[in-house]
Amino acid sequence: MTLFGDALAWITDGAHWGGAGGIDHRILQHLLVTFAAVALAALLALPLGLLIGHTGRGRLVVVALAGAVRAVPTLGLLTLLGLALGIGIEAPLLALVALAFPSLLAGAYAGIEAADRGAVDAARALGMSEWQLLTRVEVPLGADVIVGGIRAATLQVVATATLAAYISDTGLGRYLFAGLKSRDYVQMLAGALLVAALALLLDLTMAALQRASRPTTRKVPA
Amino acid sequence: MTWVQANRDYVLDMLLQHVRLSVPAILISVLVAVLLGRIAWRWPRAGTVVLGTASLLYSVPALPLLIVIPVLLGIPLRSGLTLVVALAVYGTALLAGTAADAFRSVDERVREAAEAMGYSRAGLFWRVDLPLAVPVLLSGVRVITVSTVSLVTIGALVGIPSLGNLLTDGFQRDIRAEIVTGVVATMLLAVALDGLLVATGRLVTPWRGNVATGVTT
Repeated sequence: MTLFGDALAWITDGAHWGGAGGIDHRILQHLLVTFAAVALAALLALPLGLLIGHTGRGRLVVVALAGAVRAVPTLGLLTLLGLALGIGIEAPLLALVALAFPSLLAGAYAGIEAADRGAVDAARALGMSEWQLLTRVEVPLGADVIVGGIRAATLQVVATATLAAYISDTGLGRYLFAGLKSRDYVQMLAGALLVAALALLLDLTMAALQRASRPTTRKVPA
Repeated sequence: MTWVQANRDYVLDMLLQHVRLSVPAILISVLVAVLLGRIAWRWPRAGTVVLGTASLLYSVPALPLLIVIPVLLGIPLRSGLTLVVALAVYGTALLAGTAADAFRSVDERVREAAEAMGYSRAGLFWRVDLPLAVPVLLSGVRVITVSTVSLVTIGALVGIPSLGNLLTDGFQRDIRAEIVTGVVATMLLAVALDGLLVATGRLVTPWRGNVATGVTT
């Protein structure tokens, strides 16, 4: 148990902060890779998911894709891309984009599907165009489910970004692998605690965001 | 293919290790999750706490969890037990909510009818609630089975042998065929266990007839 104390002391040690390999720098790197991967995946997955949700076509493909990606060991994807692209940020980033894709896609189409059909039909009857239907009815009504998909993807990516350090000098995972190599359990545990704390904080933030995007129903004054 | 032929024994050995690690983790997850799901179903207030804790645990990344567990339990990092515990924690966290949903999916009228027929509490659980909860429960078990088999591979990073060794070894020695073999073997194992689950599900829910089982998420 003293290991935890040592690990906390390691984290709070001023010598491990600042500079190129400092904790602050690594946290920033970890977050940057995470956001970049989720944003890149979202660029493709969200429009596609909205299209699938709106037209109702291609659902089965999405479900099958999500299942297949879950079965692929992430470490396999990482190492294969690592061999193909060499040591650098490209391989882990690409692997993380692939990882984020299904959750984002599923969230987007499920969000549109969650929108009340009655509301959609009513809006169509009022003469809204398909684009207006999507942007003014379906997306606002399914916003929390869509954000839920972004949340799931972010959580997966921030966790897996730790593995990225295995093939490239990126993020907090570096402390884990450095500790493993030099049999320095304190450094390894410190890295583990930092990643876990970062993932928890990020998930809580995303949960708050998800709650905030829940559609509100205003009471009609009698 | 030539790589596989030349290293058949090694691949089979790692496959066996992989099964030894994933199957106990899945079984423990199912047992604990059904218990927690039952508690959450029976006492909704306690359930909120239980399921909240589960989802919090689920947000802890796997590799860090693998490093924290030996310190908490006083077991060696490189032991298979560490990985089984970590994967069981994950599986349970992911499945507990589904288990609660599964019990909620049982028709209240069926339970009342069984009660009226004089079923004891235990009888109600074993012969009414649990069998009727199987379809929803099974969809969750299939998800954790696939994710557990895939997650076992990260044990290779800390020195717990499995098909994951093919990934790390192949990367270090620059043998693409080895990594591909590892990925394919892991996916095949997941598919095989999933098929086994679907078959078992049909066997224990004969009243559902031959329902086409789609992919569940």
